[in-house]
Amino acid sequence: MSTGAAATPAGEPLRRVRRLEPAALAGVMSRDVVIFGRYWKATTFSSVMQPTIYLLAFGLGFGTLVKTIGHIKTVQYIGTGTVATAVLFSSAFPGMFNTFVRWQFQRTYDAMLAAPVDVEELITAEVLWIALRAGVYGLAPLVVAMAFGLQPEAGMLLVPLIGFLTGFGFAAFGVLIAAVAKTIDNFNYVTSAVLTPMFLVAGTFFPVSTLPDGVRTVAQFNPLYHCVQLVRDASLGGLGSADLGHAGVLLGFALLMWRLAIWRLGKRLID
Amino acid sequence: MSVADSDGASPAAGEGAISLRKVVKRFGHIVAVDGLDLEVQSGVCFGLLGPNGAGKSTTMRMLTAQTLADSGEIAVLGYELPRESKQARMEMGVVPQLDNLDVELTCRQILTVFARLYRVPGAQRAAAVEKALELANLKGRADTIVRELSGGMRRRLLVARGLIHRPRLVLLDEPTVGLDPQVRQELWTLIDALRVEGVTVLMSTHYIEEAERLADVVAVMSHGRIVAQDAPARLVKAYAGERVLEVYGPPARLAEASEHAARRGWQSRRSGPALAIMRAETLDGDAPEGVLRPANLEDAFVALTGEEIE
Repeated sequence: MSTGAAATPAGEPLRRVRRLEPAALAGVMSRDVVIFGRYWKATTFSSVMQPTIYLLAFGLGFGTLVKTIGHIKTVQYIGTGTVATAVLFSSAFPGMFNTFVRWQFQRTYDAMLAAPVDVEELITAEVLWIALRAGVYGLAPLVVAMAFGLQPEAGMLLVPLIGFLTGFGFAAFGVLIAAVAKTIDNFNYVTSAVLTPMFLVAGTFFPVSTLPDGVRTVAQFNPLYHCVQLVRDASLGGLGSADLGHAGVLLGFALLMWRLAIWRLGKRLID
Repeated sequence: MSVADSDGASPAAGEGAISLRKVVKRFGHIVAVDGLDLEVQSGVCFGLLGPNGAGKSTTMRMLTAQTLADSGEIAVLGYELPRESKQARMEMGVVPQLDNLDVELTCRQILTVFARLYRVPGAQRAAAVEKALELANLKGRADTIVRELSGGMRRRLLVARGLIHRPRLVLLDEPTVGLDPQVRQELWTLIDALRVEGVTVLMSTHYIEEAERLADVVAVMSHGRIVAQDAPARLVKAYAGERVLEVYGPPARLAEASEHAARRGWQSRRSGPALAIMRAETLDGDAPEGVLRPANLEDAFVALTGEEIE
């Protein structure tokens, strides 16, 4: 069928390839919802337990020595800092592992791509779902911290949004890693060499300002640092113009990772 | 497209369902598909028969644009690939060679997810799922997790999944590979029912019997090309004649018969314990002693590809 020569006759239905069709995204996400229905208890348990342990450890142990961190009460500092770690872990890990398992082991992606779903829709839907979940579970540390004396603030209502944006970037980052990984064991390198330093050098448990100059500069390039700042400012009633910059970095990171994930995984899903 | 269709529903009415022209696909140094030309008419059950590595699965994957051709033209249901492949996939169903079911989901959950992916409207989704369960004879297992299903049930579910949106074209990639004879029979019944309904079926297989039993037209594929294409009976007649003479005996006698056949220009091949000489109806007086049997598709296949098959 040649293009050009055979001009579209009048009356022939317009066949335009639409990108990112909501129906395709909903179809892919409906599978995630069904799977989540089986695992929500375990997921919820771990996302409540993790901040509880941090708050207990830092609050009861460290907190008896240090009442404030960078002029902020310890419970407020750790409570808001753990939001960022919760978002990081609930997005980067599913991004890596779910993608690898569904693509390589279960061949779920192969099955879906034989249906009217393209690579862009598939990856976008998967990342979108993880980001939504990260946004919701990002609230868990705040709720736990409230039990430890954190005061509720109107600005906390922005936290799911911040969690969503950060989670989108890290979920797509996880997909990107899965796309370039040779085996699932390769994820260990990323976890220990990228994710762990990232979540420590982000102002989660201690201020970045206490770090040497070089590391402080590196922290500026850490999306999680910007997430922590944004969450802290929103939750402690201190939103200002600098937060637009933080949000901008998170948005840029999300968009960049999203396109890179589609590009790299697309190359491997379609041969 | 040269003709605008009047009802606008079926752009490919009266056309071939699948058309491949000079399609080439390489993986590194390996040429998997080598200038393939293939036309599948609407409403037929078309068998793509070839040994492992002939390029059948690559061809199947190119029809869903999951593998992209290096060169050549591909059209499916009147849509040009890969540009319009998503529209083509809306109207076709795919049953893959490898089981890619979601093992953690139930039959009903899987079918519901795919009903959504295939854009079955919400109001019709439940009915479509029920119908697919019935078709695959899985009504009693609707809420069983895939992990707990037998191999045969999983295969039937794979077929049901590909038919959930009542496609006009169904691609079956080695539908019965690795199945026991009873399950294979069940699947053949399912495929046969599709053909009766007028659905176009493209089936790849390396089982001669499967192609012979189900396909209206068989294309023999070898080294990335079609080497012959016709109705099974006509392929047999054209490439193996009407009857085959099977010569039995110890290896030395078979070797001698083989040499004799070669000297006389008769086409022969080893077939299990025997030497099979094609076109027995044309042999003259000095043919070796043996047993006559009707020629079959396997004879034609081996004559065409030079390869023995399961």
